[in-house]
Amino acid sequence: MTIAIKVENISKRYKIGTAPGKFRYGMLRDQIAAIPRKLFRRNEGQAGIDYIWALKDVSFDLEEGRVLGIIGRNGAGKSTLLKVLSRVTEPTRGTVAVRGRVGSLLEVGTGFHPELTGRENIFMNGAILGMKRAEIAAKFDEIVEFSEVAQFIDTPVKRYSSGMYLRLAFAVAAHLEPEILVVDEVLAVGDAEFQRKCLGKMNDVANQGRTVLFVSHNMSAILRLTQEAIVMQKGQLVKRAPTSAAVDFYLASGQAQAGERAWEADEVSPNAAPFRPLSLRVKDQRGSVADSFRSPEPVTLELEYRLSAPITGLRVGIYLSTVRGEYVFTSFDVDQPDLYEQYSTRQPGHYVSKCQIPGDLLNEGRYILGVNASSFGVKRYFMDENALAFNIDPMGAPGMQWAEQRQGPIRPRLDWVIETVKK
Amino acid sequence: MTELSKHDPITIYIKPTTGFAALNLRDLWTYRELVFFMIWRDIKVRYKQTALGALWAVIQPVMNMLVFTFLFDRIAKLPIDGDIPYPLFSFAALLPWGMFSTALNAASRSLTSNHNMISKTYFPRLVLPMASVLGGLVDFAIAFVILIGMMIYYGVTPTAHIWWALPAFLLLTILTALGVALWLSAINVQYRDVGYALPFLTQFWLFITPVAYSSSVISGNWQLLYSLNPMAGVVNGFRWALLGIGTGPSVELWISVVIALGVLITGLVYFRNMERTFADTI
Repeated sequence: MTIAIKVENISKRYKIGTAPGKFRYGMLRDQIAAIPRKLFRRNEGQAGIDYIWALKDVSFDLEEGRVLGIIGRNGAGKSTLLKVLSRVTEPTRGTVAVRGRVGSLLEVGTGFHPELTGRENIFMNGAILGMKRAEIAAKFDEIVEFSEVAQFIDTPVKRYSSGMYLRLAFAVAAHLEPEILVVDEVLAVGDAEFQRKCLGKMNDVANQGRTVLFVSHNMSAILRLTQEAIVMQKGQLVKRAPTSAAVDFYLASGQAQAGERAWEADEVSPNAAPFRPLSLRVKDQRGSVADSFRSPEPVTLELEYRLSAPITGLRVGIYLSTVRGEYVFTSFDVDQPDLYEQYSTRQPGHYVSKCQIPGDLLNEGRYILGVNASSFGVKRYFMDENALAFNIDPMGAPGMQWAEQRQGPIRPRLDWVIETVKK
Repeated sequence: MTELSKHDPITIYIKPTTGFAALNLRDLWTYRELVFFMIWRDIKVRYKQTALGALWAVIQPVMNMLVFTFLFDRIAKLPIDGDIPYPLFSFAALLPWGMFSTALNAASRSLTSNHNMISKTYFPRLVLPMASVLGGLVDFAIAFVILIGMMIYYGVTPTAHIWWALPAFLLLTILTALGVALWLSAINVQYRDVGYALPFLTQFWLFITPVAYSSSVISGNWQLLYSLNPMAGVVNGFRWALLGIGTGPSVELWISVVIALGVLITGLVYFRNMERTFADTI
């Protein structure tokens, strides 16, 4: 196989304050004022300037025709990596060899001009993405059809609805046909129907033997579209593995030990105050922390937190979802009306909210626990959708005499009765 | 499969670039169609939602000419060479000057006004100032029609040099505008001060260019200093080729050309040096 992308030790340094998203224009005045200082204190020239490494010694190879997922928390360097690969910004150190044209979906609709019509913008945007006029003309009908805006193709795009605008923009980018396609969270926008269409299109691209790099926070999309993924953490590549293993690694990262997630002070936004999450644990019947449970046994959840001031109407709860992103259920500690009455205002203190997921409920598989602390309709203090992951092992579950995978996230033990109907 | 996949894709190396090696003109050539698309877009968009549309390309220089005629000819009674009517005398200079000032202003702001494209996609950044400068040619062509009309009206025949001289002086205008705009647009990415300095700079430059007055009013010692301004050479060249005023290209013009090329080359190097961080700082 040919290598499509070879990344060797790339690093990217930003001066703090010029990092993307934090706009700060330098003042000429400051630069001029700094000249004497620079002249006389050469060695301290760099002093007082803070740098952050958005990428640090990242290396990997990717073969042609492969789809690679990139996962990591916000600020882990995923987007910077894509920006370097698509040549939007230069690395500070290191080299990348890219075989073929890189098409980027960093942000769809870049270069759309509101005054131009849909037709004109298709040509314009195609040119920005590096297409030749003839190529765009050849693809024109297909683009229009995919975008479903045929009726308005000669209307200025400023009169488009945001959905139409987005569909047209994605259509152009998706039909660009580069050898390498870079996709960053385009699925975060648009309606469900359109998202499905986009995912389908990306699948086609991959099936045509082109290389795709895909960044998303949507684990189910990553699992569905990629066979392999890399995990980024604080600018470094910490793991490369088959997607399901990489997703597990990502979900488990940050946990002190398997079956427990502890929050350090710097991981909690100041906006969470006065709520301060401490830890989330899952325990088996014997009361020990574990990350694997048998389907018939109950699982105990413990969420430990501290309140530094009283909160009225506080509810602390969990989301349970599968690694494919489907929710199984949501539950809060004050769901019961009597408890809700009793804790209508929760006083400052150190708390543990506990509950038990009954045995014979969950099917085999991997589950993700999310945490939410909020006052309904007032404020969401804290939320972490990927707090903890654990496994359910089917041993002892109903129907184990057949070696098949049961559909659905739950596997209840139902009291079947078989009656013989007499004539 | 498509046309694209037939030929073997080329390998691109992405690494930190330095100084001169970074010019990468081959890349600019691959993206040449984008230059035309940008020009086309700017022209399409320029007069959208205006009542007078492309008429503005005519109105601006004509109004300038009327104001100049009133102020400098009727009131100040500035002397001009030959027996050319003042309106024609000033309009022949307003053409290249208008081209220059429009190009300079548009190109200097071209990076900041397209910051979305820069922070999201790759293309040679040089495309933006180049397209802005070349876009000025369309307004120039429209206004040129008016000039032809005026020459017929006043019965002035152009000199035989017009065929090579006009394109050559137009090229000098473009190179000068591009050179200065490369500096200013790159500085503007980091220091928005450029936006405030531009109107002043353009106005000042108009005063040191013989648009409203004749360059023969400049006395001996100042002439050399004056030729440091390439636009003075351009304006004199236009008047010479169109109206037969003056003596035509001289040593001073070559100084102008050298200055223009010097600004252009240093501008290119500076622009390329700054280009690496455009996406991070814009």
